[in-house]
Amino acid sequence: MSANVGIVIVSHSPKVAEGAADMVRQMVGPEVPVAWTGGNPDGGLGTSVPAIMEAIDRAWSEAGVAILVDLGGAETNSEMAVEMLDQERQGKVVVCNAPIVEGAVIAAAEAASGAPLALVKKIAEELSPQ
Amino acid sequence: MVALTSEQLKRLIETLANTVIAETERLTALDQAIGDGDHGLNMKRGFEAVLADLDGLSRKPLPDAVKAIGTHLVMKVGGASGPLYGSLFLTLGKELPAEPGLAEFATAFDAAFAAVKARGKSDVGQKTMLDVLGPVRDALAAASPDPLLGDRIKRVATEAAEATVNMKAIRGRASFLGERSIGHMDPGACSSALMISAVIDCLESVKA
Repeated sequence: MSANVGIVIVSHSPKVAEGAADMVRQMVGPEVPVAWTGGNPDGGLGTSVPAIMEAIDRAWSEAGVAILVDLGGAETNSEMAVEMLDQERQGKVVVCNAPIVEGAVIAAAEAASGAPLALVKKIAEELSPQ
Repeated sequence: MVALTSEQLKRLIETLANTVIAETERLTALDQAIGDGDHGLNMKRGFEAVLADLDGLSRKPLPDAVKAIGTHLVMKVGGASGPLYGSLFLTLGKELPAEPGLAEFATAFDAAFAAVKARGKSDVGQKTMLDVLGPVRDALAAASPDPLLGDRIKRVATEAAEATVNMKAIRGRASFLGERSIGHMDPGACSSALMISAVIDCLESVKA
């Protein structure tokens, strides 16, 4: 298991999620766990709470997991998925308020340096105008 | 309010689910006007999962059944409405006693309203389902049991949904449209009003 923060990408579109994950992989190697998920439970555009929980599991790191999302439902479903995790994991997963592609790439680059979860989130969120 | 038998609970859940499923096209049309057009199908997927578990749900005590409906919606809806309605039902189930009276129901509904508000980081006045849930919560909090209460709450819910037509969306996908969101009913407000009316109709028929 990696010592670095893991990255989960949650998009309404599986293609966007997979593409963003490809771009992350171009930046960082296997030292950063990366997982993606997209699509509703029927495979249409949307997001799925159980699929997000599985993606968190695939990208799991004891250092925590940062989730990057696109639009509203992806955020709401990700927050719901985090709350449904085991108590001990809940505090180690954050949803970042950042653009999904740029946020995922910069968060992964930061994670590769061994940065803690809070810093990974902060760096990604600096991309969002406040 | 009266204690529901397992058979009555089954009918209540079935009516609720079938009401939402029957309005799939209307909810989708409303969402196509100001959103991403998936509200009807998302809610249908969620309530089909509820129907598939109908026998199991109706054997549970009321609070557990309501919580389990919430879990089905969370796991199956696939849009923001999953966690939003999921939180509504999960909180209702957590707060309701097995045989709630009006006061207990009003208290539970108040908690459920707060849970949806927190989940959606939203509030009344932003053209969302909260614009129906809020007025209904207020009406329930002020209510005393009388034979016309059900009709009154139904009217509050329906008028509150209608009132979202002239609102400008501040939260949710419709907010991307800004001023152009004005002139259309919010799909979540519509589904909330539909569900509230369906539940009241069913409870009234149990009492009658």
